[in-house]
Amino acid sequence: MSDLSVAYYPGCSAVGTSVEYEKSTRAVCKALGIRLEEIPDWSCCGSSPAHTVNHVLSAALSGRNLALAADMGHDTVATPCPSCLVNLRTSARKMEDPLFRGKVNELLDAPCGPAVEPKSVLQVIVEDYGLDHVRERVRKSLNGLKVACYYGCIMTRPPELMRFDDPENPMSMDNLMEAAGAEPVPFPLKVECCGASSGIPRKDIVMRLSGRLLKAAEESGAEAIVAACPLCQMNLDLRQRQVRKANGIDRGLPVFYFTQLLGLALGLPERDLRFDKLVVSPKRCLKRIAGA
Amino acid sequence: MKTTNMNARDAEFIHEVEERSGQQVVRCYQCGNCTAGCPYNFAYDIPVNRIMRLVQTGQKEVVLDSKSLWLCGSCQSCTTRCPNNIDVARIMDVLRHMARETGHASERNIKLFADTFLESVEKHGRVYEAGLMASYVAQTGKFLNDLDLAPAVLTKGKLSLKPHPVHKREAVEEIFLRFREKSKQ
Repeated sequence: MSDLSVAYYPGCSAVGTSVEYEKSTRAVCKALGIRLEEIPDWSCCGSSPAHTVNHVLSAALSGRNLALAADMGHDTVATPCPSCLVNLRTSARKMEDPLFRGKVNELLDAPCGPAVEPKSVLQVIVEDYGLDHVRERVRKSLNGLKVACYYGCIMTRPPELMRFDDPENPMSMDNLMEAAGAEPVPFPLKVECCGASSGIPRKDIVMRLSGRLLKAAEESGAEAIVAACPLCQMNLDLRQRQVRKANGIDRGLPVFYFTQLLGLALGLPERDLRFDKLVVSPKRCLKRIAGA
Repeated sequence: MKTTNMNARDAEFIHEVEERSGQQVVRCYQCGNCTAGCPYNFAYDIPVNRIMRLVQTGQKEVVLDSKSLWLCGSCQSCTTRCPNNIDVARIMDVLRHMARETGHASERNIKLFADTFLESVEKHGRVYEAGLMASYVAQTGKFLNDLDLAPAVLTKGKLSLKPHPVHKREAVEEIFLRFREKSKQ
């Protein structure tokens, strides 16, 4: 498994609001021996705004990056961000149609040929690397920490496009956390939307949807939420005080990226996993894991 | 109660939605699964199954005026659960495109946020989150909206204060320029 090497697309939030996801992703992959080769000069995939404006424009913004990844000689491009992932996958899939690909190529400097396959970092770790290999590398158990694994809405949906895990009840992250020694609790809202990017223009929507998630996670007995999406993590962590206030929730719940907890289990130093970037303090959880 | 004139059927509208989405709207038999799972339904003015019905009956103005098109978060719940394999979220996306093109924007700030986001991408090649926020706030005047987040954002360094432009910024800018040229044709 040491020769697993993929093109890597960090996505814009990796250099902004989700630096800790980016750093911990790199640290974890390095420890597992998965080589992430960053796409040189990657640009934004356009996120949701692009596909709500025009599908050819959206595919071209992703297509530029897919072409760069193909130039690197890789057949897989991995990204930590589900929003980037859905754009890259949609673009790759739609460009299988020569007519559509022609329209996309009219917008690009260099034509994009048959595309490489985009996958999430989670999928690469669970499917291509394998849980058994992860288990072998666990150095420090997460000590039965009760976690609610939250996949977000688009990591596995729509199933025909994403082709990963179960669209309604995914288990890959639960299994990964279990391999790392945590205790995933049943979390019925694991693919329910957090309100996505409506936080800024329509805060009321995020208060309601993220409020439901926090309440359900709290009621499930989880000591922490584990996320795999920069936008979900931001709504649940950075906005958690607003959300709790709007919904009358007392207790704070730390919201980790799955790579941060996996990194701990692999025995990586805390400074490489950037727990200091989390807004809701993870201290109590980290102490629990350390067994203090 | 708001009523809809079913005699005013715009066949061209139905055809355009089907063509652009690659979906057959006629296959919707109004089971309501999409609405049952829609997390945004509480905020919608028209539930998603009724949007589908209104498209089937060619109610162009009512549909393109709907706030729901802008509030949809593309969470794929409707598409995933449709028993007839209709990509409902894709239809919502296409309706949003058509609403834009015809000057319908019933949720102005959501449209403005998307526009400001893309302007940032066009300018820097990657979205510059702090710049996007500053520009959005300047245009809407909503200074107090998220002021309570400022301490956490600043102490945690959650927003990079400078952009991370790509080297070939022009390559991304060109995508937008060509797109606008093509759209005029």
